[in-house]
Amino acid sequence: MAVVGPLSRIARLGRNICQNHRLIFNKISQRRGIASCIDPSHGLSDEQKEFQKVAFDFAANEMSPHMAEWDQKEVFPVETMRKAAQLGFGGIYVQPDVGGSGLSRLDTSIIFEALSTGCASTTAYISIHNMCAWMIDTFGNVDQREKFCPDLCSMEKFASYCLTEPGSGSDAASLLTSAQKKGDHYILNGSKAFISGGGDTDVYVVMCRTGGKGPKGISCLVVEKGTPGLSFGKKEKKVGWNSQPTRAVIFEDCAVPVANRLGEEGQGFSIAMKGLNGGRINIASCSLGAAHACVLLARDHLLVRKQFGETLANSQFLQFKLAEMATKLVTSRLLVRDAATALQQNRSDAVTLCSMAKLFATDECFNICNQALQMHGGYGYLKDYAVQQFVRDIRVHQILEGTNEVMRMIISRNLLTES
Amino acid sequence: MSGRVLVGVKRVIDYAVKIRVKPDHTGVVTDGVKHSMNPFCEIAVEEAVKLKEKKLIKEVVAVSCGPQQSQETIRTALAMGADRGIHVEVSGKDYESLGPLQVSKILAALAKSEEAQLVILGKQAIDDDCNQTGQMTAALLDWPQGTFASEVSLEEGKVKVVREIDGGLETIRINTPAVLTADLRLNTPRYATLPNIMKAKKKKITNVKPADLGVDLTSRLEVLSVDEPPQRQAGIKVETVEDLVSKLKEVGKV
Repeated sequence: MAVVGPLSRIARLGRNICQNHRLIFNKISQRRGIASCIDPSHGLSDEQKEFQKVAFDFAANEMSPHMAEWDQKEVFPVETMRKAAQLGFGGIYVQPDVGGSGLSRLDTSIIFEALSTGCASTTAYISIHNMCAWMIDTFGNVDQREKFCPDLCSMEKFASYCLTEPGSGSDAASLLTSAQKKGDHYILNGSKAFISGGGDTDVYVVMCRTGGKGPKGISCLVVEKGTPGLSFGKKEKKVGWNSQPTRAVIFEDCAVPVANRLGEEGQGFSIAMKGLNGGRINIASCSLGAAHACVLLARDHLLVRKQFGETLANSQFLQFKLAEMATKLVTSRLLVRDAATALQQNRSDAVTLCSMAKLFATDECFNICNQALQMHGGYGYLKDYAVQQFVRDIRVHQILEGTNEVMRMIISRNLLTES
Repeated sequence: MSGRVLVGVKRVIDYAVKIRVKPDHTGVVTDGVKHSMNPFCEIAVEEAVKLKEKKLIKEVVAVSCGPQQSQETIRTALAMGADRGIHVEVSGKDYESLGPLQVSKILAALAKSEEAQLVILGKQAIDDDCNQTGQMTAALLDWPQGTFASEVSLEEGKVKVVREIDGGLETIRINTPAVLTADLRLNTPRYATLPNIMKAKKKKITNVKPADLGVDLTSRLEVLSVDEPPQRQAGIKVETVEDLVSKLKEVGKV
């Protein structure tokens, strides 16, 4: 009989909700109730809309249901990523003759943005993998392209990008991992830090020093897992990006064939930076997707949660906040897409625009996700709700692939070195 | 047999969208609303493409009746593996009053002109839930029908269909040419792949007008009004079974 009290309270609550339902309905019936202002398909070609649709469907069906589990159990979702690769997502902007999809940077941005709504962390790894595949595709010779690209495009093998070291992050050109030529091999010594996929991936694109100090002494080598002298540190425990393992990559007298060098000696830093231009657009696109998902989550919550006798959606403060979030999302998206187009066309402003896009989009989208969490109140802090995972996952986008401070360096240098 | 399969695909409001009734109660809001291919039509396309992959049929033709935007739906079918498309142009008032009767007349005409071996449709559309087009098309063609198909096997001059019915599963064997309608468990539609989406660009979509097919589009129905379902009322708790029965009698349910 102790159960009757709470039950009758719930019944009264239920009656309240039904009575107020009419009130709410009248107030929001003028609203179209469709989030079309942030619809990411505006302005796209029919073909791009098709790409986007596949990516959205894949994200909703194959990634979204597992996003929380992958985060909590720290699962590297190899099978799901291979399914994505079957659709062509393993080498989106890699050329078709080696198994890639041959699409543009803008197509790529659209796809990653859509995939990210399903799981930002996994999509971010897929984008890193794509970047590595592109570097080999673009700077590799015939043999290297044929050896590595098909397996990377199908995700039979996974890739990691190794630039950062314990002693060189933002000051990437000061890296110390050495590669001494001995006959037809380079002997690598040193270590890389924070490598996404490290230990679980098969192909490592490593920037190392073959020459003197500074960027001109750096070359790019492809190192395969299982090479003697290649080992890994412990798996890092991270705040987010838990669906991809992060480890140090350690070289101890690791012999790598000279045949695995991409491009010429001394070209490595340039290759790395060119990879990052696209990588920055990709990471920014992942932030866009997460922010898009969070705006919709916040919108849905505002329509359902009631306090002070009405839904949160009736609060002008929250309406305005939502409008600001939507505006920042669309602004970020426009900048990222323009940067993608600029990079595709090799425009003279491409590099700075990519930096601006990465800086702006990752910052704004994090704020959007964070604001969405706030709008959820206490529920936003619970892991049962997806919004906190998006916040945690995209926080790191403001740091990696060039910190947002480094982005500012690139942009200010462009302005101040103009004579 | 021609080895050609006609698949009907309908552009409908996406299943995830929250539907809003227009203020004038003449229909639902469709402007600016996300549309996609009817889920049962996706299953129909998938089945046709599977038959082609098994080399049991030679060509899959996707058909859609509607305005310019219906071409997007045909392109999705092409990206899934259909070989070519036919867009029957219907727009404006004609499109608003387009229903199963008109569509089945169009499909029947096309099935004859294309010499189709099979017409595969979704069992119903998620916007009007009519569940009539397949049956009407079969009747107009005087072809056998295998509706609510959960399994389809092509045989020499015949097709074996396992149908989902209220009592369970019914297996029938019908002669081809025939009309089939796809139910939920027939298959799981594939994702279009990026290369297939690009290949689809090169596939041909022919434009046809209903008049060219000799079809009269006048509707025999007039929509009087469209309204939201009534608000759900709060329930009442009763103490005894007798109270329950008398309350049910009061409301006229018993």
